[in-house]
Amino acid sequence: MSRPPGALVLSLFDIPKDVQFATGTYQGPTPNPAAAHKSYRPQVKGDAASIRKAAEMMAAAKRPVLYTGGGVINSGPQACQLLRELVQLTGFPITSTLMGLGAYPASGENWLGMLGMHGTYEANMAMHDCDLMVCIGARFDDRITGRTDAFSPNSRKIHIDIDPSSINKTINVDLPIIGDVGHVLEDLVRIWRSSSLKSGEAAAKSWHAQIDAWRARNSLAYKPNQDIIMPQYAVQRLYELTKHRKTYISTEVGQHQMWAAQFYGFEEPNRWLTSGGLGTMGYGLPAAIGAQAAHRDALCIDIAGDASILMNIQEMSTAVQFGLPVKVFILNNQYMGMVRQWQQLLHGNRLSHSYTDSLPDFVKLADAYGGVGLRVDKPHDLDDAIEEMIAVDKPVLFDCRVANLANCFPMIPSGKAHNEMLLPDEANDEAVANAISAEGKSLV
Amino acid sequence: MNAQNVDAPSAYFLAEVSNEIETHTLSLLVDNEPGVLARVIGLFSGRGYNIDSLTVSETEHEKHLSRITIVTTGTPMIIEQIRHQLDRLVPVHRVTDLTVRARRANQDKPLERELALIKVVGDGDKRLEALRLGDAFRATVIDATTDHFVFEITGRTSKIEQFIAIMKPLGLVEVSRTGVAAVQRGPEGL
Repeated sequence: MSRPPGALVLSLFDIPKDVQFATGTYQGPTPNPAAAHKSYRPQVKGDAASIRKAAEMMAAAKRPVLYTGGGVINSGPQACQLLRELVQLTGFPITSTLMGLGAYPASGENWLGMLGMHGTYEANMAMHDCDLMVCIGARFDDRITGRTDAFSPNSRKIHIDIDPSSINKTINVDLPIIGDVGHVLEDLVRIWRSSSLKSGEAAAKSWHAQIDAWRARNSLAYKPNQDIIMPQYAVQRLYELTKHRKTYISTEVGQHQMWAAQFYGFEEPNRWLTSGGLGTMGYGLPAAIGAQAAHRDALCIDIAGDASILMNIQEMSTAVQFGLPVKVFILNNQYMGMVRQWQQLLHGNRLSHSYTDSLPDFVKLADAYGGVGLRVDKPHDLDDAIEEMIAVDKPVLFDCRVANLANCFPMIPSGKAHNEMLLPDEANDEAVANAISAEGKSLV
Repeated sequence: MNAQNVDAPSAYFLAEVSNEIETHTLSLLVDNEPGVLARVIGLFSGRGYNIDSLTVSETEHEKHLSRITIVTTGTPMIIEQIRHQLDRLVPVHRVTDLTVRARRANQDKPLERELALIKVVGDGDKRLEALRLGDAFRATVIDATTDHFVFEITGRTSKIEQFIAIMKPLGLVEVSRTGVAAVQRGPEGL
């Protein structure tokens, strides 16, 4: 052993004591160009010839799809506006990663829903069968691609990204465009307009018909239940009762996160706060508190799981202390549901450490912090309770007791391709047990 | 799967994508501050890239800039990734792939030189032979006793490899090499 036994403490910063006690004169940030960063000079403007080529490829495409990501959101509201314009001009169907939700409105005509491991059937099938994929501010993450050697095998791919190291990292693309999404989309829209390019109409019709057929598969369906709250139903009701308000949704990590992404419709960018690829349980409550601090008039809801919320539950104290009435909507199934789902799929149903028999009483816990606790376990009480939660002007822990064993579908099992999705109505015990091959198990 | 791609070719099946392992020489201009080398090397070890040779020294004293020359191997895709990943490091100002530059200028390789100090111990015929070969390779003797020589030799990596191989049976006891320093041929600067 190269270190003494005991806890390993990783400290990112050490500020020596003499530095802490030193005095100096504060100099605020100045817009002085000499003080600008020496080595970071991102290319924001895309190469004009490449953008023109992209527009031509898009006009020639018969089965196009736009695959957008968090880069569109990060680029700013202008980029989201341009994206919407581009969709309107081209009529292309559009899907998004978890991080990109809200860049294009969920109520939009061309919206396919989120793609990837827990994405919709129509989004993943469109990705698999397209002849042109336009990736805008996304990075071909493994939750998106599934099996890379079977990822959208017949398509040409355009990749717009500000980071050159994202190009050809996991998926080879035919036309890379390095630049800021907003700038590139501005040029793309301008070129599309000025050269009066059109997407092929006849082809578009049959492609959209094909997409409608996939959509009719209704991949997000779940069995409704009169006696027990289905988690999907809970998110759906939350959406219906909050959609007319200025609402910010944050999440933790797990099944609740995927259900939130699937069933909460985001119409605007920057209304959805989730930790994405970093996968941080405990992210949601502090994120909601931050959103609430910035938007005092907004409704800030952390859709949480019973395990995730306990990662940073002490922040209830922050919310109470600073008078920030965040709402924590806990989909409580007494499981680390996503862990259990994977144990079922990948580990021969050997459940281990994913069940919690002794959760705290969330109502009393809220009370203890000086917030308000609410508990619901019957579907017919749900709406009233949600209304009550919204009306309370204090931090709320909402203990929504949901079906314990519900799993998150549809799902692309690891090691499988987009067209090998496991759909909810096919997900019987046997299918679940055999969904992932030995090879696939080693991939996750 | 390949057959159906003839009509709608995807980037997967582009003929020009080469999977051959190539050796490239990268030149990095970095801030000469503590931890830079650790970050560069950490990137290579963390991502499993190869380092064949690495040299570093401050080249612009007043700006505190150092030049790192790295010789690495990988497929063209990997080397492209290495270049972009290095470029993302905050203290890295510029990354240049000298091998790619040389190719674009229709040159075989960039100018690459290495220096080695080589200690050879022996007497009699072996000692004479070592001295004679040192001459032939234009190595200079920079230290000697009646039992040993220390040769200083400069040249391309292959020349140094060859010299070391020849010295082995003649009493080679120690080798110290600087690694490759490289610049592009022609009048252009970096």
